[in-house]
Amino acid sequence: MSAPSCQRPFMARLPAFLFLTLALPLLSACGYNTIPTLEEQAKAAWSEVLNQYQRRADLIPNLVETVKGYASHEREVLESVVEARAKATQVTVTPETLSDPNAFKAFQESQAGLTSALSRLLAVVENYPDLKANQNFLALQAQLEGTENRIAVARRDYIEAVRVYNTSLKTFPPMIWNALWFGNQPFQNFTAADDAMQPPKVDFGTQQQGG
Amino acid sequence: MQSGTIDRVAGSPSMPGRLTAATFGALSFCLVLFAALAASAQDLPALTGRVVDRAGLIEPAAEAALVQKLEAFEHKSSDQIVVATVPSLGGEAIEPYANRLFRAWGLGQAGEDNGILLLVARDDRKMRIEVGYGLEGTLTDLHSRLIIENTMVPAFRAGDFSGGISNAVDDIIMVLEGNAAELEARAKRNERSGGGEDTVFAALFLIVWATLFFGGFAMAILPRIYGRRIGPGRYEWLGMTFNYNSSGRSSRGGWSGGSSGGGWSGGSSGGFSGGGGSSGGGGSSGSW
Repeated sequence: MSAPSCQRPFMARLPAFLFLTLALPLLSACGYNTIPTLEEQAKAAWSEVLNQYQRRADLIPNLVETVKGYASHEREVLESVVEARAKATQVTVTPETLSDPNAFKAFQESQAGLTSALSRLLAVVENYPDLKANQNFLALQAQLEGTENRIAVARRDYIEAVRVYNTSLKTFPPMIWNALWFGNQPFQNFTAADDAMQPPKVDFGTQQQGG
Repeated sequence: MQSGTIDRVAGSPSMPGRLTAATFGALSFCLVLFAALAASAQDLPALTGRVVDRAGLIEPAAEAALVQKLEAFEHKSSDQIVVATVPSLGGEAIEPYANRLFRAWGLGQAGEDNGILLLVARDDRKMRIEVGYGLEGTLTDLHSRLIIENTMVPAFRAGDFSGGISNAVDDIIMVLEGNAAELEARAKRNERSGGGEDTVFAALFLIVWATLFFGGFAMAILPRIYGRRIGPGRYEWLGMTFNYNSSGRSSRGGWSGGSSGGGWSGGSSGGFSGGGGSSGGGGSSGSW
């Protein structure tokens, strides 16, 4: 529109043009931000998983005490729960070590051990009608049920976040940044078999489908 | 040096066979993804109102009363309670289904996550109260469980779905209102962030826009009327010189359009929609 700028010789503008061509890919992030963003999202999802597992671990001492009051001679089952809880609280995976397969596997196994010990305990409780009618136990049971469901939700969110993050490490624009700059390893994810594992069913009387 | 490496990496899959395979792979992946998205979107009912009675369990009169009650409660507290009935869960457990539905609908205000979904699956004979993150502390899992076991299950067993559901909603509202101070604080908070800021923003925008728009007219017209003529097409007014000769330098040429009414999506326009809340699986389930 304005005449003067058109009359400027092309050569005079060439350096600026070249500079922009070189700098633009560096200035506009061009996928550079993708990896850190997704990584933080996956880490946040993992924190939520840990948070919910911790919540479950925190419920257990109360649960064990309550069951003890009615079924103290079920020593073996109670002890196995306490033991599994101690083991599960020892093994933690910090967000920094999420790409370590061994740590992740150990974590998954310790939590699965606690899950199965808990479901044995709740199966034993079936034999104690007084306990099942106890208000305190009912409250704990509702909380435990809710926590198991929250764990399931947190795990689903984590699985999805890690899927997106790991995909970004292997797909085109961010892949280059990973090769050149970040060198990140993909995060470990829950295995399909483990994911399909049902949480312990704590509602009695009705036979749930295995799913 | 960096750009050179980029070129090398980007240019590496240059063999035609690999390229075709990659393209095919990408295409089929897109197709699968699209199909999966379409499927997952399809099997969830649409949020048509505060009561989505897909299974036809609620009588029309009870439904109308329920809608009114829920609307009044949201007005008061900004908590969104939605009742949904579905014929079947399609083989899924009710907990993940309810969570998916809750998140798809985005119940509760964004950031506040104060939504509650009361879901009944007719053929599976299951119900669930799914509680958003923000209400987990008020309507605890135990509360949800007690509401399900003491209010819903007996009524459902007797075949009174309308009564069971509306009594359960009463109970939920009662529990939420039990925390009256928090309830009012939340309502106030969401009112302010919902309406106040928007209005200030809109007013500011209008003022700036009007200044630019009418200012342009004023500049074009007023100096000719009130100004002192100092030459052909030149006027002096309020100490400024205005030049209306098109070839001149100091012509205050028009601003090019640009400001086209600004589009901010207004809030709820008539229909009901989720506020963008989320849920982390709080609540409880039961069966009858």
